[in-house]
Amino acid sequence: MEFWQKLLAIDRRIIFIFVAFAIIVPLFIIAPPGFLKKIDVSLPVQSLYDYVENLPPGSKIMIAFDYDPPTTPELQPMAVSFLKHCFTKDLKVIMLGLWPQGPVQAQFAMEREILVDEKIKAKNLQYGIDYVNLGFQAGNEFVILRMGTDIAAAFPVDYFGTRTKEIPLMKDVKNFDNIRLVYNISAGYPGTYEWVIFAGDRFGVKIAGGNTAVQYPHNSPYVQTGQLVGLLGGMAGAAGYEKVSGYLGKATKYMLSQAVSHAMVIFFIILGNLAYFITRGRKV
Amino acid sequence: MRKEVPLIITFLAGAFFIADYFIPHTGFSDLAAKINGWAIIVLAASYILGVLNILRINYGRVAKREKDWILKLILVLCMFFMLGAGIFGGITEGTLFDWFFVNTFTPMQATMFALLAFYIASAAFRAFRVRTVQAALLAITAVLVMIGRVPIGETIWKSFPDFTEWIMNVPQLAGKRAILIGAALGAIATGLKVITGLERTYMGQD
Repeated sequence: MEFWQKLLAIDRRIIFIFVAFAIIVPLFIIAPPGFLKKIDVSLPVQSLYDYVENLPPGSKIMIAFDYDPPTTPELQPMAVSFLKHCFTKDLKVIMLGLWPQGPVQAQFAMEREILVDEKIKAKNLQYGIDYVNLGFQAGNEFVILRMGTDIAAAFPVDYFGTRTKEIPLMKDVKNFDNIRLVYNISAGYPGTYEWVIFAGDRFGVKIAGGNTAVQYPHNSPYVQTGQLVGLLGGMAGAAGYEKVSGYLGKATKYMLSQAVSHAMVIFFIILGNLAYFITRGRKV
Repeated sequence: MRKEVPLIITFLAGAFFIADYFIPHTGFSDLAAKINGWAIIVLAASYILGVLNILRINYGRVAKREKDWILKLILVLCMFFMLGAGIFGGITEGTLFDWFFVNTFTPMQATMFALLAFYIASAAFRAFRVRTVQAALLAITAVLVMIGRVPIGETIWKSFPDFTEWIMNVPQLAGKRAILIGAALGAIATGLKVITGLERTYMGQD
């Protein structure tokens, strides 16, 4: 009995050490192939993949990077695998951000992952022709509404200060009518919800999303209603897209760490309740 | 007039944007787009207000040498440093701003968020108690979803991911949709009250 009472009063720093090991140690372990095969590809992930897969080469895709460094481990792999899929399919990519740090994340994805990938290198991607980074624009949903009539008016210059109207890729892009899909990767407001309401419902452009695990349930109703073409949720969603697209990356690598940390949290929930029921009615 | 003018502006702006949603006329849409442009400018100006607000809050505390005043001074100095680096040196790759952004801001923000994992585990141990039927349902569902969202789930039971998807797509979605519909109806009602002038708290009065 004394053991359980002591357990209930355990120093939280001991719990922190267990969590640290649960997260860090698996990062240095190569997951067995059997484990990777068990990564689930949910229906919303599959439907996004299928939609992109069936687009004709040259189609224009817009990616809104609406997140910042804290959620990078979950969301950046969603951006990377999606970008790889787009470039492999010879799609044209327009990147932007309604979050100040969003376009920086887009640059990170391009410079650190996409442009150094051997398969993508062979495509000889040209900035301004195959992809463009329009940078950040303040104004949240008002920017989306403005883009509905004139994208260049909402983003007059790109990330590097070049006038949007002078960029070859943007010359025949007036508004959402010229975009086949808006893929919003978001960690909050403004995010997928705003893109669904102000771009999808208002202007009829197809929307897909990539959300943090916390935000995923908030936007999942829009998948069933067809307002979202597809939706990736958290690390599991990112790993699912990597699996279905064949570009195994960081999400797949991190899944072992996530699995062990989930198991650790479950273990603590069970242990905490066990100790609580055994010592119930006694002074701790 | 101090009451009437804001009320008239609110009514006209609200009614205009509702009408814009239903009138697919080019001229009307162009005018709406122009007004949206104004909104973007106003929102962009709010960033300046943000800077002024940080100065206003921290200046007094630093001047009075209140608790942790040195930290507040560092905050203000860092803000001006990054502002200056961005304005005079640019923000593109290779600039001073970019170096600090990548090497200080990014890892610090990521670190702060990563701490959440430790607190969640600690809270799960201390606070996630199955005291009532509702709490039991919550705990069991949470555990099932946590297992099902990682490959461990499929190792235990082949259909675990499907079962998790069912939890997310049926009970979770039903509850979420009910909340969303309720919130949307509330937003419509509040919007109409603001446009028609019944709701005036945004003007700083009841």
